[in-house]
Amino acid sequence: MSFVPGQPVTAVVERVEIQKLQQGKNLILGFSIGGGIDQDPRQNPFSEDKSDKGIYVTRISPKGPADLAGLKMGDKIMHVNGWDMTMVTRDQARKKLTKKSEDVVRLLVTRKSLEEAVKHSKCSYPKH
Amino acid sequence: MDTESTYSGYSYYSGRSRGSHRHGERSRDRHKSRSKDSRSEKSVTINTPPAEPLLGDTAVRGEQVQDDNWGETTTAITGTSEHSLSQEDIVRITKDLEDSVGLDCRRYFTRTLAIILGLLVFLTPLAFLVLPHILWPDKLQSCGTACEGLFISVAFKLLILLLAVWALFFRPARAGLPRVYVFRALLAVLVLLFVISYWLFYGVRILDSQDENYQGIVQYAVSLVDALLFIHYLAIVLLELRQLQPCYSVCVTRSTDGETRHYNLGQLSIQRAALAIIEHYYCDFPVHNPALLSASKSRAAKHLAGLKVYNVDAGPGNNAAAGIAHSQSRAMIAAAARRRDTSHNELYYEEAEHERRVRKRRARLVVAVEEAFTHIKRMQEEEQKKAPGDVMDPREAAQAIFPSMARALQKYLRTTKQQHCHSMESIQQHLAFCITNNMTPKAFLESYLTPGPTVQYSRDFWRARQWTLISEASVTSGLKDGTIFLLKCVDFSLVVTSKKIPYIQMSEEYIDPKSHKFVLRLQSETSV
Repeated sequence: MSFVPGQPVTAVVERVEIQKLQQGKNLILGFSIGGGIDQDPRQNPFSEDKSDKGIYVTRISPKGPADLAGLKMGDKIMHVNGWDMTMVTRDQARKKLTKKSEDVVRLLVTRKSLEEAVKHSKCSYPKH
Repeated sequence: MDTESTYSGYSYYSGRSRGSHRHGERSRDRHKSRSKDSRSEKSVTINTPPAEPLLGDTAVRGEQVQDDNWGETTTAITGTSEHSLSQEDIVRITKDLEDSVGLDCRRYFTRTLAIILGLLVFLTPLAFLVLPHILWPDKLQSCGTACEGLFISVAFKLLILLLAVWALFFRPARAGLPRVYVFRALLAVLVLLFVISYWLFYGVRILDSQDENYQGIVQYAVSLVDALLFIHYLAIVLLELRQLQPCYSVCVTRSTDGETRHYNLGQLSIQRAALAIIEHYYCDFPVHNPALLSASKSRAAKHLAGLKVYNVDAGPGNNAAAGIAHSQSRAMIAAAARRRDTSHNELYYEEAEHERRVRKRRARLVVAVEEAFTHIKRMQEEEQKKAPGDVMDPREAAQAIFPSMARALQKYLRTTKQQHCHSMESIQQHLAFCITNNMTPKAFLESYLTPGPTVQYSRDFWRARQWTLISEASVTSGLKDGTIFLLKCVDFSLVVTSKKIPYIQMSEEYIDPKSHKFVLRLQSETSV
């Protein structure tokens, strides 16, 4: 998840598919995002690298669509429906998530536990 | 292009040309009561004879510039020299004489009264001190040290009183107000009563009984002088201090072109407020230029000119005449409203064209003046001793460079209709003044590019020193909220309205300097 400028970012991602819920006039997803290239990255409590300006999930409403889909607090969102989220402003991210014409969003999220899980799984099968 | 185009739908009142008609310019003075002498008071009265506009319009409607009736309707005023007097001037001069004699009588009367009162006031304490010595010198007790000390105090207090009265009252009169100055009259009456009462007491108790206690008499004189000093203090407060605190905000509007200014005045009587406003007027308002108002008047004349009302029912009845006139005017208003009027179009294009022309002439003027100023150079002290040839004083230098800019300046003034405000002599004088004081061309031009306050122009241009105060309330009553009065002068009038400055309720709020604390804002989140 570390971000070296100029180098491609590699991460282990999980695909999360969230069905939007109609609540009144709005379609909601049930979580809050923070971060973005226009915000101060040092304030982000979830990022490992304090210069990471990506979009992070800061809060999940319990029993909301995101919670049901398996999104966890502290996840970094890499893709939304194919749109990149690593180098966007927060408002752009919000717009991509809250498009009224789509009622399903497919996110690619990454978290530290995934990396560790992969590393762990790589180690536990020693090559013969 | 020098000529102004005249083939739009209405007539022009071009600027007054001194002397000859220029080839391109036609001055069409149909109004016979216009006076052309620049030094006289200008009364622009437009007496439009009702039959004329129709005639004038048919003449102008073609492309023909000169109409057939030009010889009959133009008054031959441009041929007069500067020193001739018209009938108007004679009437005006006699009126001036009468007015000035009347005012002077009144001024002298008040002045003599004031002098008599002053003498009475100053000589009274001295008389109190001297009379006992003259009338009963043998019976009088000798004056001890305390008594002589009082002499010194009387002398110095009288001196202070003399200086104070000189400072407050012996100033040149600013104006002649229509009614008596109430506070001054009250103070004079008060002083007179006071002095008379002191004399009465002195006469009865001291002169009649021939009191020997000289110290008591001296103390009595000292008390008189003290009381006079206190009355002088009262005079300062009433005449000078009371109106300093601003109480009313007055709005002054000139009736002809709408120039408005606002001033803050204290508690004054209406006539004193009017005086203060007139003094501000001379400094603040741009000079009144009647030549700029002619376009709107010609437009107004054109609106009514196209309609003529015919009375078809030839009924004689006097009581029907008023009704007929009323219905006629209503019919005219209705017809004018219905008529498709394109005069706004003409106004717009004419104003744009005028603006463009003014700017072009102004650019030419600025360049010409800058170039003219480069031709002269100030000589230093050492150079003056070395080369005494061809040295000019400021007046000659001004005359030397004036011709190169004269034409551009004259054209500019004519375009902005200011040419009657500045005579050739005054322009040269101003140029000499600017050269003497090392002013730049821009500083020289400043008084011609913008119309300045009336004070700036030559003394005979201060058109009216005779103002009339028109007011519904008595002019010696104080200003109140909503007072309206008019200050009429020959050409225009100033409409003055006053409003009270509201009572201000201020409260305080204390902020502890240590209470200014800040935190960084936590990264906010957006919910989706």
